[in-house]
Amino acid sequence: MKTTRWVIRGVLVMALAAIIPSAFAAKNITVKGSDTIVVMGQKWAEVYMQKHPEAAIQVTGGGSGVGIAALINGTTDIANASRKIKASEMDKAKAAGYYPEEFKVAMDSLAIVVNASNPIKELSLKQIQGIYMGNINNWNEIGGPNQPILRYCRESSSGTYTFLKEEVLKNKDYAADCQTMPGTSAIANAVSKDPNGIGYGGAAYYIKQPGVKILSVKRDDKSPAINPVKADGTLDYEAAWSGTYPIWRYLYMYTGFKPKGEIKAYLDWIMSPEGQKIVEEIGYVPLKLKK
Amino acid sequence: MRHRLTKKSGNFSEWLIQKLLLLAGISSMLIMALIFVFLFKEAVRFFFTANPFDLIGKWVYDDWEGHYVFKMMWQSISEVPKYSLIPLICGSLLVAFPATVIAGVLGLGCAIYLSELAPSKVREILKPTLELLAGIPSVVIGFVMLAFIATFIQNTFHTKFRLNAFVGACGVALAVLPIMITIAEDAMRAVPKDLRDASYALGATKWQTVWGTVVPAAVSGISAAIILGFGRALGETMIVLMATGNAALVTGNIFSSVRTMTANIAAELGSVAQGSEHYYALFLVGAVLFTFTFVLNLVSEIVLNKMRQKLRM
Repeated sequence: MKTTRWVIRGVLVMALAAIIPSAFAAKNITVKGSDTIVVMGQKWAEVYMQKHPEAAIQVTGGGSGVGIAALINGTTDIANASRKIKASEMDKAKAAGYYPEEFKVAMDSLAIVVNASNPIKELSLKQIQGIYMGNINNWNEIGGPNQPILRYCRESSSGTYTFLKEEVLKNKDYAADCQTMPGTSAIANAVSKDPNGIGYGGAAYYIKQPGVKILSVKRDDKSPAINPVKADGTLDYEAAWSGTYPIWRYLYMYTGFKPKGEIKAYLDWIMSPEGQKIVEEIGYVPLKLKK
Repeated sequence: MRHRLTKKSGNFSEWLIQKLLLLAGISSMLIMALIFVFLFKEAVRFFFTANPFDLIGKWVYDDWEGHYVFKMMWQSISEVPKYSLIPLICGSLLVAFPATVIAGVLGLGCAIYLSELAPSKVREILKPTLELLAGIPSVVIGFVMLAFIATFIQNTFHTKFRLNAFVGACGVALAVLPIMITIAEDAMRAVPKDLRDASYALGATKWQTVWGTVVPAAVSGISAAIILGFGRALGETMIVLMATGNAALVTGNIFSSVRTMTANIAAELGSVAQGSEHYYALFLVGAVLFTFTFVLNLVSEIVLNKMRQKLRM
């Protein structure tokens, strides 16, 4: 009698163990990666799940490198990245049996910011490079007051760190006295309180920040200085699309294989006008839609 | 019949409980050993690919200077990665030393007051308050330092860096204060009443008794408190990550931005490619940090044992 009861219990437990994951696994998508994209990714997931109640999408941050590493380890379906996948990461993925597919899902203008009290209004790419490499150390070298320049950076795991290093520093090293801050908000906080500070980060984030000024940037000495933000306080999409504002980047999503089924539907929706509307709401630059 | 059964099962459960408790008792030792083995196993692999001399510095061609320069830098993301431990050790010491001094002075004063002078009603309020202080998450202390105290310190001392080692040290001092006070106070309370009575009998005042008798008798306990506090200050991560600016500079200036070993690991381990040289370098930093705190804890344990023996006599 007793044994039969145990057998029944055992069978029940096993049946449950078999049913529960399959019920949930059907349309469960995990997304992991860039902290730059995590808020937008969660908003996408939220809106998408309202429209498709059968889908379950889980979005977490951690950084672009973390997301791509998770894709290679097979612990996520989609990796968010604020930079392109590196060749070394591509090799590792292929060694692990994956063929990462890339999707451009939004654009982001990177703003160079200084304290609101700083008289400097514009910098050329070369000057920004000089500042962050430690060759320009005083504001008076570029027409400002006689004060030392204090450089604020992101930590090296950040996609923004890599982006500025590659695009503006031409892959040279940051100066040793760059102060690395954990997050764009920490940079905004530091620059708003430090009259001699300079920092960088996604342009949309700084629009609403008190005490910081977004600089206009010149591609070279002859080109005009362009601000990533229009006079009315909204992002200048045209400047990013046309590339007249020189520091912009794509934001990417990577899948392990050519996407199909639920994942493909989700990515298609993100790149549709409906998904791009959310990009605007969050404060990034939407993709230029083909008419 | 029934009696025999309970006895039998009693024996068995007795045995089981004893074994379980034994396991719990030695678990900390096992965990410690595992961490030790794992950490050093990974750290040693740094030397498979890198030159041990890199841990001090590297000769690098400098475009701007136009010749080779000896650079003591931690710059892991670079065409020529540099893994010098010098700026990190500099940073750790530059935060931990001032923090220990601040916490030591404040903590000793508080411990003397609590154990010798405080009326029991004040004690009843002070002790739980200290426990509350110990319960403040370090990220909260870090945030307060970053947002408010840093500006105050910059305006007071007119420092170049708003976030610097001193700001971090103030925050870390808050974090190590409770542990220092608790150990120092315990040490002073453990001083036998006979010693105090003897001092009073010789006509000493309260303060003379405290400073001339109790503190010297408890000096090894107090030193242990300071050494343990120093170890804890070295290991503090979140506060220094937020409040010191994290520029890996080789400097002795307390108002300079610094990067500690802990903050370095926390900032970089998130995205490092597993199995890369950078990955092993971070483990090496962890191993160095572990060795530092291990030795400090060992010393404080020896000192505390000495005190216990002395007071037993």
